Amino acid sequence: MTQAFRNSDGGRIDRGKRVSFTFDGQNLEGFAGDTLASALLANGVRLVGRSFKYHRPRGIVGSGPEEPNALIQLGVGAHTEPNTRATQIALFDGLVSESQNAWPGVGFDVGAINNMVSKAIPSGFYYKTFMWPAAAWMFYEKFIRSAAGLGKAPTEPDPETYEKRSVWCDVLVVGGGPAGLAAALAAGATGARVILADEQSEFGGSLLASRDRIEGRDGADWAGDVIDDLAGMPEVRVLSRTTVVSYHDHNYLVAVERVNDHLPLGKRHGPRQRLWKVRARQVVLATGAIERPLVFAENDRPGVMLAGAVRTYVNRYGARPGNRAVVFTNNDSAYRAAIDASDGGIAIAAIVDCRAQPEGALVRLARERGIEIVAGSVITGVRGTKQVSEVEVATLTQDGSDVAGARRSIDCDLVMMSGGWNPTVHLYSQSGGKLAWNADLATFVPATAAQKSREAGAVNGSFSLMAALAEGSRAGSAAARDAGFEGEEPAVPACDAGPGDGVLALQALWDVPCGRKGAKRFLDFQNDVTASDVALAHRENYSSVEHFKRYTTTGMGTDQGKTSNVNGLAIMAGLRGVDVPEVGHTTFRPFYTAVTVGALAGINSGPELLDPVRKTPMHHWHEQHGAHFEDVGQWKRPYCYLRPGETVKQAVDREVLAARTSVAILDASTLGKIDIQGPDALELINRVYTNNFATLKVGACRYGLMCKDDGMVFDDGVTARIGENRYLMSTTTGGAPNVLNWLEEWLQCEWRDLEAYCTSVTTHWAAIAIAGPNSRRLLAELTATDLSNEAFPFMTWQDGEIAGIPGRIFRISFSGETGFEVQVPASYALALWRALMTAGEKYSITPYGTEAMHVLRAEKGFIIAGQDTDGTTTPYDLGMDWIVSKKKGDFLGKRGLERPDTLRDDRKQLVGLLTEDPNEVIPEGAHVSPSPHSNKPVPMEGWVTSSYYSPNCGRSIAMALLRGGAGRIGETVAIPLEHKVVRAKITRPVFFDEEGERLRG
Amino acid sequence: MAKMKYSIFSLLRQARDYHRGWPKAWRSPEPKPSYDVIIIGGGGHGLATAYYLAKEHGITNVAVLEKGWLGGGNTGRNTTIVRSNYLWDESAHLYEHSLKLFEGLSQDLNYNVMFSQRGVINLAHNEHDLKELSRRGHACRLNGIDYEMISAEQIKQIAPIINISKNIRYPVLGGSIQRRAGNARHDAVAWGYARRADEFGIDIIQNCEVTGIDIENGRVTGVQTTRGPIKARKIGAVPAGHATVVGNMAGLTLPVESHPLQAMVSEPIKPVLDTVIMSNTVHVYISQSDKGELVLGAGIDGFNSYAQRGSLDVIEHQLEALCDLYPIVKRLRIMRTWGGIVDTCPDASPIVSKTPVEGFYMNCGWGTGGFKATPGSGWVFAHTIAQDRPHRLNEAFDLKRFETGFLIDEHGAAAVAH
Repeated sequence: MTQAFRNSDGGRIDRGKRVSFTFDGQNLEGFAGDTLASALLANGVRLVGRSFKYHRPRGIVGSGPEEPNALIQLGVGAHTEPNTRATQIALFDGLVSESQNAWPGVGFDVGAINNMVSKAIPSGFYYKTFMWPAAAWMFYEKFIRSAAGLGKAPTEPDPETYEKRSVWCDVLVVGGGPAGLAAALAAGATGARVILADEQSEFGGSLLASRDRIEGRDGADWAGDVIDDLAGMPEVRVLSRTTVVSYHDHNYLVAVERVNDHLPLGKRHGPRQRLWKVRARQVVLATGAIERPLVFAENDRPGVMLAGAVRTYVNRYGARPGNRAVVFTNNDSAYRAAIDASDGGIAIAAIVDCRAQPEGALVRLARERGIEIVAGSVITGVRGTKQVSEVEVATLTQDGSDVAGARRSIDCDLVMMSGGWNPTVHLYSQSGGKLAWNADLATFVPATAAQKSREAGAVNGSFSLMAALAEGSRAGSAAARDAGFEGEEPAVPACDAGPGDGVLALQALWDVPCGRKGAKRFLDFQNDVTASDVALAHRENYSSVEHFKRYTTTGMGTDQGKTSNVNGLAIMAGLRGVDVPEVGHTTFRPFYTAVTVGALAGINSGPELLDPVRKTPMHHWHEQHGAHFEDVGQWKRPYCYLRPGETVKQAVDREVLAARTSVAILDASTLGKIDIQGPDALELINRVYTNNFATLKVGACRYGLMCKDDGMVFDDGVTARIGENRYLMSTTTGGAPNVLNWLEEWLQCEWRDLEAYCTSVTTHWAAIAIAGPNSRRLLAELTATDLSNEAFPFMTWQDGEIAGIPGRIFRISFSGETGFEVQVPASYALALWRALMTAGEKYSITPYGTEAMHVLRAEKGFIIAGQDTDGTTTPYDLGMDWIVSKKKGDFLGKRGLERPDTLRDDRKQLVGLLTEDPNEVIPEGAHVSPSPHSNKPVPMEGWVTSSYYSPNCGRSIAMALLRGGAGRIGETVAIPLEHKVVRAKITRPVFFDEEGERLRG
Repeated sequence: MAKMKYSIFSLLRQARDYHRGWPKAWRSPEPKPSYDVIIIGGGGHGLATAYYLAKEHGITNVAVLEKGWLGGGNTGRNTTIVRSNYLWDESAHLYEHSLKLFEGLSQDLNYNVMFSQRGVINLAHNEHDLKELSRRGHACRLNGIDYEMISAEQIKQIAPIINISKNIRYPVLGGSIQRRAGNARHDAVAWGYARRADEFGIDIIQNCEVTGIDIENGRVTGVQTTRGPIKARKIGAVPAGHATVVGNMAGLTLPVESHPLQAMVSEPIKPVLDTVIMSNTVHVYISQSDKGELVLGAGIDGFNSYAQRGSLDVIEHQLEALCDLYPIVKRLRIMRTWGGIVDTCPDASPIVSKTPVEGFYMNCGWGTGGFKATPGSGWVFAHTIAQDRPHRLNEAFDLKRFETGFLIDEHGAAAVAH
């Protein structure tokens, strides 16, 4: 097919650069500068898709983001992208496009059977049926679901990348039409830092589609010159192909730049899209307006288009969407489109105008050209299934509610409609700005801004070029001034947009009568919502704006109602007999146009950068020595070190035994460390731990438990007193951020009188735990510090040099063995680890992982906060009454611990469990039941929190939270599992070295 | 006021006359001067309460007062997940009762709420998750609630778009599935209850904001509204998102915080996912609607707010995780994001309770998981109001538990950490 509908000259395409592409397998040609839509129209392609519900044949309606119909599956394989708008796809060589939602093809589509039964399936029909038999919904749903959706998701991972930039500016100008350009120029001239963003590839907005002149030049040339001027201003950044998609609180706006989408695959470099996160002092919204369709019978036929869109295709792309058009309008703007179309080679068969006596400069101009104007009339029907072939026209009755008289048929292959213009108030409204109804324009316009923003041009309902330029200049200057930059407001450039510019003289026309029952008057093209659906919603009392939207699905398609919302509201208002503002409008939500998931995710995805992985300085060593890692919070921790041929269990058993028989070392660097300093550091610590720290001397350490204010255990760890006013608090690995946040919340919000400062030093210090009977001997070889019990008692710490590395030695132990923990600056940790491994060779030193650590501590009955506790466990429940100070003043959780329920004797309390069969390891999380064989629900009285095979005890051990457990030692309980019941004896939760001789040895 | 029965036959009959014969789904009456019971809040829970007051307790002189439009709060803003795989007996029994009501709801209401038991999968990404899920699993099994632990490979079979490679940030180690769980159409739940409550003669009054609660001698006597004072013997408040505000009107300080919670949908695509998958660790849950949109839930914003919008960074972080777990989503597009306000209690469990004010009952604090509870919540709340004492199923969800300390900690089972 040749470009039969391409004019030989005119437009902003480059006829010297031919571009090949395919649509539904057909090889076609366009020119550089085309969109896919303009190229399809130039090639005479009219049928481009099928609607969502009825699968009706559809053609291109608009020329921008408002397009409801021309949704394209773009690209193939890993690059495929569903639901792209043909009107916004820049044409490139080798582009592959396909129509969607049609099988086997867009020409003959089996789904169109829905159209035949459409009478029975109006809005909300599914709420009224598919209920019999009772269980059948999922049967019906299968068929509904298989018909759901539009385009297809890719089946492979995206090969392209995305990035984000965070920037600030003094003035952000959204929209690069005449108003936006004037604003950017005015603001830029003051020296303010300005960002100008426009969604199109070329700046100029409406100027690109018009024949307007500014300062004696073609409007588009003027726009180009302005961009050149702006490029010369060092503080101005100009972003094309960049759509501002959302407007958040505090003048925070987000834009998506399509960096590569307009290029052939082979020419793409760098990120595909870039998400700009902009904090702006001032914002100028020059977002323009979107034309409104008219809601008349069969207005969805391929070839029924927005008048302004036709004007754009003719003027900007030299493409004719048809050869013979009927214009249908309720305002003057379509006359401009008709005149331009006529000059572009489209015969105007007639202008059907609902107004009885259209007047005005543009109307006169059309008359002068001999265009027939059928006044006081409307289109009552459109024929032509896959392309318009004819329209039927009738006269409106006096009150406009019906048609009368003979019908007249007019041959045409194109209908250009205009129902007026809706300012693009999406971003304005997202910002919190209030809208007001403008009865003259029959649309919502900005009224009261909520943030530091101004509106200029068509978004204000100011549709003339002169007004756009003037408002733009004024808004740009004022925005710069409010951002702190003085400058003269530039003179508004002289312009000529022809007679009648900006005049609509609109007569509201919402639901266009056609004198026939059952004729479909489409409101929302994509979701197949008709005027009758609105009437049905009203009849059934789904009359509030949100109910009407949800019941009919108006505005819920990919176009988010850009062409349908106001028509819908107005039709509902008419049915309710109220003014449109009384119906109101639904909330404008982000995003203005849909945003790629990849762009929102940016580079922060994948195995390293999603929630960036934290590794200890010894990580590489662990990797080289068979470590099998587990995720703990953001950290990677060795679970165990597998030797060749070993199973995980064998490795854990070996590590556990080594710690009890010789010496073993653990990388404990991930434990949270918070350096707390200041005159009130002690007071802070005393308030967050349940036990008393006032008696802690410099050089000593103490285990502490902290509770939330409800008295439930939250975290635990050892705190060391480093100096007079300085403490080092340790936390669990996963709990570290929460504990720091917890401290900060109290310091910043509640205890603002306390002078204490918390700094996370988790990654500053790396830590190695050395456990086992040979630990002292080993460490003594590497340090001059006297490690004897007398010189270095349990629960103290000292500065020391270990293997020549300055650090801190702590006499603490989580394994229950004689043990030390050595902390050194992180960069020395690997050297220390290696030194320990070398020196420890003679003791068969064994690195151990988290699982061995868990087993060792469980043998001793030491709890793990978050495993042996949940949000309902108090220190008393853990048998740790001793750790709740009776003497000190208030602390977090004190009041919670005094509540009647927390003081009950029969709470779930921590006990040990020894199974009757010593080899049976109860699954963690299993529940204890007093009557395991009863019918469901089986009563439960507690659950197993920790359960392991203990090689040192030579049997399984478990800990459980059991109702009244502390008083039931010696009882046997039952644990009903899926296929059997396990029995176990209740013991105290200590299984090894109950006296703690090893610990202190 | 019998309504026209909805069925394929009435639909076809109506089609002959271009659907001109359908009656209103509910009336829009003017408020009467007094009612036996006033329900504050016309969301799903409030409407369900009204319906069960009539159906189960024969109380029909009832008004539901809604400040905006029916179902306009969290009922119309959630991600429509229904499940009952909770940890504690108290929650499990309540949510299971609710799920059972869901199973017969379309027929009970004669309104297709599209309850689709497509299953809900919870993912485990680390040892701790596995333990939590397994603990919940044991509890569910003993409570008679369906729940299975499944492997990563089994999850992959059910949802082929998931990435179970070990080389992602938080690999899928396994998970659990509740096969009877699934999705329902959220609006339809509110509308179906409204229609049936209206059929019982209950007045559903929209655009009627309660501005004060009248109390004499420790007992409620009525409410002040933007449409004038209305007397009532009993008042049940179900004002999700504004529980503290309404509580204050009755002189109550509730242990409730209000946070924004966001959700979003992608553009509609052909079916790729036929179940619901939730991950607490990376805070992302996903399902696909019958229209083809991917419905995605995000985490809550940390700050307190009554604004029904949240922060972009929450969405960004959620989508980062989404791309890792479901690589095919990267080129899809997010069409719309929105926010609701969730009222959260310190133990992540709700309050369905009598209050110190006689005749004033409170139903709030459902956090991020209220939709699934809609029928059950309405059912027990209706009982509590009608009998002036809680039902066995909601006894534990008493306001007094924050004094006694009898907390029902469901942070692990809540969809979103809060």
